[in-house]
Amino acid sequence: MLLSILPQVLVDGLTLGFMYAVVALGYTMVYGILEFINFAHGEIFMVGAFVGTEVLLIADAMGSLEGMNPYFALILILVVAMAVTGALGVGIERVAYRPLRGAPRLIPLISAIGVSFLLQDLVRFTEAVARNEFYLNSPILFNGSVNLGIATIPQKALIVIVIAILMMMILSFFVNKTKWGIAMRAVAQDQSTASLMTINVDRVIMLTFLIGSSLGGATGVLFAQNYGTIDPYIGFILGLKAFTAAVLGGIGNLRGAMVGGVLLGLLESLAGAYMGPLTSGAFGAEYKDVFTFSILILVLLFKPEGLFGEAVKEKV
Amino acid sequence: MVKKKSYIALLSAALAASVALTGCAGGSQNAGGSNAGGGTSAEQGSASGGAANGGKILIATQTPLSGSQSSLGDAIKTGAEYALSLRQEEFKKMGFDLQLFPQDDQADPKIGVSNAEMLISNPDVMGVVGHLNSGVAIPSSVKYEEGKLVMVSPANTAVTLTEEGKKTVHRICARDDAQGPKAAIYAKNSLGVKTAFLIHDKTAYGQGLADQVKAQFEKDGVTVHGYEGITQGEKDYSAVLNQVIAKNPDIIFYGGLYPEGGILIKQAREKGYKGYFMGGDGLDSSDMIKIAGDAVDGVVFTSVAGDVEQTAEGKKWAEEYRKVTKKPLETYSVYGYDSMNVILNGLEEAIKANGGKKPTREQVLEAVHNTKDFQGQFTKVTFDEKGDNASADVFIYKYEKGKDRSTFVGKAE
Repeated sequence: MLLSILPQVLVDGLTLGFMYAVVALGYTMVYGILEFINFAHGEIFMVGAFVGTEVLLIADAMGSLEGMNPYFALILILVVAMAVTGALGVGIERVAYRPLRGAPRLIPLISAIGVSFLLQDLVRFTEAVARNEFYLNSPILFNGSVNLGIATIPQKALIVIVIAILMMMILSFFVNKTKWGIAMRAVAQDQSTASLMTINVDRVIMLTFLIGSSLGGATGVLFAQNYGTIDPYIGFILGLKAFTAAVLGGIGNLRGAMVGGVLLGLLESLAGAYMGPLTSGAFGAEYKDVFTFSILILVLLFKPEGLFGEAVKEKV
Repeated sequence: MVKKKSYIALLSAALAASVALTGCAGGSQNAGGSNAGGGTSAEQGSASGGAANGGKILIATQTPLSGSQSSLGDAIKTGAEYALSLRQEEFKKMGFDLQLFPQDDQADPKIGVSNAEMLISNPDVMGVVGHLNSGVAIPSSVKYEEGKLVMVSPANTAVTLTEEGKKTVHRICARDDAQGPKAAIYAKNSLGVKTAFLIHDKTAYGQGLADQVKAQFEKDGVTVHGYEGITQGEKDYSAVLNQVIAKNPDIIFYGGLYPEGGILIKQAREKGYKGYFMGGDGLDSSDMIKIAGDAVDGVVFTSVAGDVEQTAEGKKWAEEYRKVTKKPLETYSVYGYDSMNVILNGLEEAIKANGGKKPTREQVLEAVHNTKDFQGQFTKVTFDEKGDNASADVFIYKYEKGKDRSTFVGKAE
């Protein structure tokens, strides 16, 4: 009875975990370079979800979604959402963070929290004016599911996992193999030395925000496609959990963010499905976050640098 | 470097703990939102201007006008506004400038209480129609009691609301302990379920309702396979639903509201759940259909609110309502309307008893509290000692594919 649902629980956990992982990358990249936690990143994810969904809704209203190849439509909304959120991330960095770069550590943090409130209410306001309601129901491009016998994987969940893995692979390649990637790692290790080596630090930081934010925006699109309903507040819980995933894996470390995200998603899914039956109802699924975060606290008590914090010395 | 990292670890540990805690309170979706205060002053300015030597009288509404529950909150406000606008002339003849004073409680107890504080400090406010959420009404009613300000609720079903012995608290709808047992009895007798799984949203309303249903199921011999809570504002409920699928119950009963309820049924059907899905009046909104999509087909819910359009006279009222307010008719619209009229009737009595002068809040409270056999547009209202309506009924509705609102099934016996 308990074991029969395990494959399904793992599939659901993985889907959620990969979303945490990609958003966690955004936190970890910025931290790696600036040692600053960009709390507005959850809201960038949310904006991505809205942009992607709006494009779909508008295409649907014009009737052009009908005959469109779903893969083409998916790539289209991913590209549009990534472009918008990437530009948004760069803009926010320019306006809200760069002027504060010399300020004490807490100041840009507060600025980030301010930006996140601003984005929430901006989206809420725009949607309320344009559509008279601020939560949207996205047309779902992939409705089928793959039956493996022991578990059914909805097509849209597969899409989430495949695209998330693709994005991580491209990012790893970019950071490790390209000139710009090397520049990013150099800036992460030592900004002033890097600038002496004729690296344009400001530009590298811009690039970091561009990549991190567009990854976040793309995850937003995947989220909207997977769950169908979005509102301006989805970035809060997901953002915090993705940040947690980044810390769990060792903040500043790319591989850590990926592993941390998947681990957190799996833990949450397992706790939600099994805590109730195992404690015969004393601690039900409503305590899944308590359980997950207790584990996080335990990990951090014994390994404050996170799971991958020491194993890999280099940042970004 | 090591030092810096442990600082971050500490910070995130603290954050983690705080997330776990706020998750339990379930208030996370209510961040942001604006107060409706700005809109009201403009309304007052335009509508007044006639001779009103008796002074100004304000009747407030307190419902969520922003946030995910605003379609229900706005329906109550609009119903109340409509009722008030029809009787403005009548009060003008008595020498009073009667105005609506709508407040946005954002479905947030903190906002509700601070609005209540503001209302009791304004001597022109003579009554409150509200709230939508029991979790907001209960703390706010402490303030109303302080200010002797009468509250008539169109929608709060939590039992504790009227059990705390506050004189100012009234409701015209039925209580959870009527809705819950009747829902369970309907599920057993009319739907023929033998096994059930209960899910709630950890709020006073949702968990209260689920508890009542659970108790009744256990009394009637329906096997309860599980009882789990979910967090408002999340979008992924697969963890709980995997448990449901494993047990394959005849019915899922959900105590909570439509933003989560719609996602639950959608994800349950995606996972291949074939049984019934039932809930309380929190599922009653045209937005439920938008969120759940085709999965909404066959969802059953109980409601303390009946369908006003079941009678010819009610239909006529509804048409008039749509024409004048230019807003869609939600089930709670007529309850907002009736609640307002209960207050206005009390107010009128109090004015008469006071020799045509502006009455005190105590006098209005007394008059409203003594309401007997008042026939509203839809409900009959007789308040008992606690402020509950002795003539309230519970109704059954269901959603059908392709229809843009729920279908009335009948009265729950």
